[in-house]
Amino acid sequence: MPSGRLGIGVDIGSTATKVAMVDAAGELVRTELMPTGFSSVDAAERARAAMEACKGERYLSTLDPRVVATGYGRVAVPYADKVVTEITCHGRGAARLFGPGGTVIDVGGQDTKVIRLRGGRVFKFVMNDKCAAGTGRFLEVMADRLGVSHDELAALARAGEPTQISSMCTVFAESEVISLVGRGEPRENIARGVIESVVGRVAALVGSAGGMAPYYLTGGLCDNEYVVERLGEKLGAPVTTCPEARYAGALGAALMALELG
Amino acid sequence: MPTTAAIELPRTFEEFNEQRRQSFLKVKDFKQAGGRLVGYLCSYTPLEVIDAAGASGVGLCGTSDEVISAAEEVLPANLCPLIKSTYGFAYSQKCPFTHFSDLIVGETTCDGKKKMYELLNELKPTYVLHLPQGRSREHEREGWYQEVVGLKRALEQLYGIQITDDALREAARLRNRLRRAILALYDLQRSVPPAMSGVELMSTMFAGTFNFDVRAYVESLERLCEQRRAEAQAGGSPISAGAKRILITGCPVGGVINKVGATIERNGGVVVCEDDCSGERTNRFMVDEDAPDILRAIAERYLKINCSVMTPNDDRFAATLEMAGKYQVDGVIECVLTACHTFNVESARMERAVEGAGIPYMKVETDYSAGDMGQLETRIAAFIETL
Repeated sequence: MPSGRLGIGVDIGSTATKVAMVDAAGELVRTELMPTGFSSVDAAERARAAMEACKGERYLSTLDPRVVATGYGRVAVPYADKVVTEITCHGRGAARLFGPGGTVIDVGGQDTKVIRLRGGRVFKFVMNDKCAAGTGRFLEVMADRLGVSHDELAALARAGEPTQISSMCTVFAESEVISLVGRGEPRENIARGVIESVVGRVAALVGSAGGMAPYYLTGGLCDNEYVVERLGEKLGAPVTTCPEARYAGALGAALMALELG
Repeated sequence: MPTTAAIELPRTFEEFNEQRRQSFLKVKDFKQAGGRLVGYLCSYTPLEVIDAAGASGVGLCGTSDEVISAAEEVLPANLCPLIKSTYGFAYSQKCPFTHFSDLIVGETTCDGKKKMYELLNELKPTYVLHLPQGRSREHEREGWYQEVVGLKRALEQLYGIQITDDALREAARLRNRLRRAILALYDLQRSVPPAMSGVELMSTMFAGTFNFDVRAYVESLERLCEQRRAEAQAGGSPISAGAKRILITGCPVGGVINKVGATIERNGGVVVCEDDCSGERTNRFMVDEDAPDILRAIAERYLKINCSVMTPNDDRFAATLEMAGKYQVDGVIECVLTACHTFNVESARMERAVEGAGIPYMKVETDYSAGDMGQLETRIAAFIETL
């Protein structure tokens, strides 16, 4: 039976809260995902409850946990031993999942970040400006406006012809979508336009960071195959992702927790 | 002359640091005693000419969010916060400095300021010097000299006086002494750890623009420098030796001392060099106080300032890299005020220059509001984590 340290990373994002646990060897042993909801304090409490539930398992109860909190709600985690920004954590988690060098694209609920790795460390990053253009929130609002789920949006888009959505601002883009709907533009085409808008915005951010292949996608969009595919085409090189990539920030935090004395 | 009875202090008065608050009260007494007051906005204003006219120069650059919504009744929203705040204080009559100024002096620097001065002139007499767009051509330097001559004449006419060469030379000597005192204070930041927090340094520089008496200000800075030097030598620096050493460059930072400066220092960094227009970028240049033509020497000194309104502006990159080496900086943060096109565009070249020297660089774009505090904190903290 393993013993020693348990590293726990709690990543409180604007949309989802992610928890990752790594054992003393740094192996990912468990992940948890829950909506953040209105209050990050409440999300931190629910994350703690989920961790406590795991401790009942004999395997984990022998381990001495350390906690690193990250994400925009990182300061709302009173039981954290350390607070680290999501940039550093995503970089660290992505380096573990994909390798020590390359460009990590994290499309989050409120921020999109492009993080460049060298030797497993972040050496440069850029974040989107204050607005929601090119973020998960943009997709959420547009899917909602078209009356479809996130997954359906991608499926629709795949069948559509690109329609130009030129507004960067989510609020203006929503008005633009409403007028396209009013003009009788097929839903497929609008969905395609929405995805193209996000992909274009993310690719521009990659350019401004001087990002270079290999590209890795982390965050909430990593299970959206169509976005991954279109992003790769736009960047001219494949974008790699994996199911654990959603937890990259929490994983990076857990690995850093392991290093705490 | 305006009466003081109607003067209302701004709502932010209570939030000002002690020195600025005292300045507000001081300005009333100063004017009542017959003092001459000239407002200015930019580091290109040849202050020696104002000094030699027996007037006190006071900085009017707006640094508060409070009056921006008022300013937006006249000015467009997507304009730099410094311009909006400056105009807003005049427009809402909330600034005793603006109110008591006999004249406001501006220069044709960026497009936003240049056009704002036309509107400001409707509220308060504003004299605008035509600043050339570059300094590499002879006619640009000559034209600027003529502009400085024009300001001298305007002040002579306003006050019914003659500004003598002796007075100009004396003013240049005193201003040079002030610049040397400021540089001596900066020099204390070269040690590891630095002698002061960057917030203290930035606040001191900012407060300096509200001083009416140059000589008293020089003396107070010289005392501060001695005090900080002695404390640092006794091992009393308030900064931890492991703090990451940051050079801050870009737009004027007077309005974001707490937003950017304090955020850097709350997240494990320390500002060791302020490379902006109230900092070392400007104060590193001296007037040739023994020059035969003192007014020309004054004009030439000001034209050396490396502001992004100049093209080309290559000397700015060289100066920043020199400072980065001198202060052993770990990283450079460029602070761009929203809608400041010249610094924002020039940042692409600054980024290349700084990263080319092997120093990490990050640009943040912000204004005077609190709306982006969360994202700003994440960016700055993450940048410091990478150093």
